[in-house]
Order: sequence, then C-alpha cells, then structure tokens
Amino acid sequence: MIHAYALHGKNIVLDTASGSIHVVDDVAFLAIKTWQSYVDRQSRKMALREAFASDTSLTDQEIDALFAAIESLIKSKKLFAPEMVGNLSYEELAARHSEKRREIKALCLHVSHTCNLTCDYCFAQAGRYHGKEALMPLEVGKRALDFLIAQSGKRRHLEVDFFGGEPLMNWDVVKELVRYARAKESESGKQFRFTLTTNGLLLDDNVIAFCNDEMSNVVLSLDGRRAIHDKLRRTVNGRGSYDVIVPKFQDFVRMRGGKNYYMRGTFTHENPDFLADILHMADLGFYALSMEPVVCDAESPHALTRADIETVKEQYEQLALEMKKRAGQPNAFTFYHYQLDLKHGPCLYKRLTGCGSGTEYLAVTPMGELYPCHQFVGDPRFRMGDVWKGVSNNALREDFRGCSLFKRQECRDCWAKLFCAGGCAANHYHASGSIHGLYADGCELFKKRVECALWLHSVKGL
Amino acid sequence: NRIETIEVRDLAQSCAEGGCGECQTSCCVANQPCEQEAENNG
Repeated sequence: MIHAYALHGKNIVLDTASGSIHVVDDVAFLAIKTWQSYVDRQSRKMALREAFASDTSLTDQEIDALFAAIESLIKSKKLFAPEMVGNLSYEELAARHSEKRREIKALCLHVSHTCNLTCDYCFAQAGRYHGKEALMPLEVGKRALDFLIAQSGKRRHLEVDFFGGEPLMNWDVVKELVRYARAKESESGKQFRFTLTTNGLLLDDNVIAFCNDEMSNVVLSLDGRRAIHDKLRRTVNGRGSYDVIVPKFQDFVRMRGGKNYYMRGTFTHENPDFLADILHMADLGFYALSMEPVVCDAESPHALTRADIETVKEQYEQLALEMKKRAGQPNAFTFYHYQLDLKHGPCLYKRLTGCGSGTEYLAVTPMGELYPCHQFVGDPRFRMGDVWKGVSNNALREDFRGCSLFKRQECRDCWAKLFCAGGCAANHYHASGSIHGLYADGCELFKKRVECALWLHSVKGL
Repeated sequence: NRIETIEVRDLAQSCAEGGCGECQTSCCVANQPCEQEAENNG
C-alpha cells in the first residue's frame, strides 16, 4: 500500500509497510500512483505520454529510466512492499506480540482528584473524574510503585506520570514517591522515568528545583492567547489563570535549561485557528509546543464542528509552512506531532501494538483502583482491579489486548496505520461506544498531521 | 532526480522478534523514541 499526496509544492509517496518515503517529480508521481492500474509496461508508457504530451523532454529513454527506478524500489521492498516479515504477515506478528505482552511498564498515578482550576472542557470534570475530591495517600502510591516493579517482568525502564486533577495539590506525596522509587532502583534493577503534568498555579522555586532534578519531562498546560486561555481555564473563583502561570512557566523553562518540557494547549470550537495560539506561545519564549484537539462529548459547545475540522486541517498545513520558515532561526519551535524520528523511531512491533493501555499501561486512582488509562478513570465499567490484588477483571484486560488495528477494516485499509497503531482506545470508545469502534474525526486530523510531518522531513531531508 | 528517497528505519528488518519492549509508552506511536536505537547511537 502507498499514500501519494501533494503538499506545498512537493509530491510525496509513503510506502506503508516499509515506512519508506519518496519525494518525486510530477511524472514519477503519476507513474507511481497509477502503477498498479496497468498490467504492462507499454500501457504505463502510453498513459504517461498522454498525460505529459506537451513535455518534449520526456523521451522514451527517460521513461525507461523512470520505470527501472520504480522497479528497483519495488524489488528492494521500498515501494508497494508487502506487509510481511519472513513468512509472517504484520497481522500475525501483531497477534503474537500482543499475546506475549504480559508485563506492566507504565503507570499514570492520579495523585490528586481535585484541581484549583475549573476548565470548562476538562474530560476529568474539574479533576474529580465523576467522583469525590481525593488525594492519593502515600501508602497507596508506594503500593502502586511496588505493584509496578513486581508486574514489570524483565523490563528495565519503568514510567510513572504524576497526573490529576492537579498533582501539585499533593506535592509532598509526589516527592516522597519519587524518593521511594529511587531507593528501589538498585535492588530491583529498574530505572524509573518520571513525568509531571501541571497547570502551573502552585509552581514555586522549590517545586521547580525538584522537578528539574527528577522529572524527565514536564507538561505545562497553556492554551495560548490570554483571551482564549482565560475564557476556559479559570480558577475556582472564576478568574483567569494566564497572568499567574505564564511568568511561572517562563521561569520553569529557563531554570530547566529549555529542555525536556512541552507547553501543552487544548483547542476547542473557540479557537480552531489554533496556529495563532502556537505562535503566541513561541512569542512568549517557549519552543517545545503541543496543541491538541479537545476531547469532549459531541454535544458540548466546545466540540469541534465539521467546519472547525476543515479549519484545523488548514491550520496544520500553515503550521508546517511556518516551522519551515523559522527553521534555524532564533524563533524556531517544535511541534510534538511533527517530531517523527524516521531513522531511529519505534520498531515495527511498537507500531503494530500501540500505547498498551489496559495491558502495559494502567492508571491508578487515589484509592488505588486500576483503570486501562487516565481517560477511563471514573467509569465503573472499566475498573480493572486495584494495586493490592492486581488486575482482577481479566475479561476487560483481554478485550484491550485484542484491541488491534487489524480488528478494524478502516485501519487495515489505512495508509497511516503504522504511525498511530490503530489510535486511542479511549477516543474510539467515547466517539463510538466501543473501544473497537472508530473516532473518524480524530483519524482525519491524525492523517493530516502525518502528511504535514512528512512534508517537513522532506524539505529538511533532501 | 525524478525520485529522491529519504532514508528511514527499515521496519521489516528493524528488530529481534517482538522488539525489546523498553520504549516509552505513547501516552498521541511514531513520535516515541526507541530506547535500543538511542543506546546504539549513544
């Protein structure tokens, strides 16, 4: 399978199975796009002659050379490559690999089910996840870390994300849990990677210093322009939070040496023109940026409309152009979804099996309950067990284990499947009522982001 | 040239069977670094 598209003056051909990317001229673009429509060389040649009748430089020798190049790419499995490794299909590999994945390697620790902001679009309902306010007791957190170590098998790298609600509202417990895990590293042979997501209100020099020592990555929530941010991200007293958090975030990033952070914004029906928010964050001195479409009920006033989605796709294209323009300049910035490491990125197995929610990755509530991931927390249908007895809802775990991209015909037929691994189970569930369903709008936006990311690579890589 | 190919990781040849499993959890797969590749490349 291939995906051939034109963007900003470039013709790009992605070979789905191998991941190969080819930047081609107009003649090669048409030849490759129609390659499988013809059964013989003469028919292909006639089609090109007809399409480029006015191009006098397109000689028989030129066409023969082009066909030889295409045939060479096919032979070397960089074009129209089969989805096979040896005698096994990608689908068989995915099933085998998924069956073998029995270890847990990452936890999302909900250290706080309360928040000092009341963001209108919060999927966690002001951080409470449809329940009561709660803070994770230290003993529950320690038990969760012990559970992770015990369930991680031979895996060396373990990940813990401190999440909420607002995790800084339970900061002493966060610090103690980091110390507890560090003390366990040498005896267990494990290496912990900690991350933190915060709205920034409670940041101070002590928090920043500890984070800079211990957190491999921090995610800082800012929606961009002041008016946009303050309209939806207000304190419990109804005040905007922009003026409080921006100076704190600027200090944080500066003291962090400008590394290992992401400014993370959400765009909604209020701002499908989110590029202005990204550029605003760049103007504030932030360069590691991420803006995400809102996750909410389709009936919500914040939900993206069909018209919004078209606007967002145009914004993604303009964003790529802006990033190319700024490349190498002091005002250059990165965008999370455009950072694809094509040379040293994830292997085939990772691309076939995805994020591991419900199997390798679980969320832990303040009460020690286990859920498939943070977006399922609070829905009793998705409770998997607890950190004392482990996963007791084996049927649910097996349902997530079987949540393969090959179970959806739309995914099997999709050129982007090895970039998303079938997408987010929670998004699919909230859009369709089943983790095996499809969040079609999300797919549409994802594919546009991949197209733009590959275009950026093409202008940098040639 | 009519066709310029960008060098990428060969997916079908990329790993021992099953992969090493040490990579980061996506949560967003293609954005994630590969631990093995990172170690191989210093």
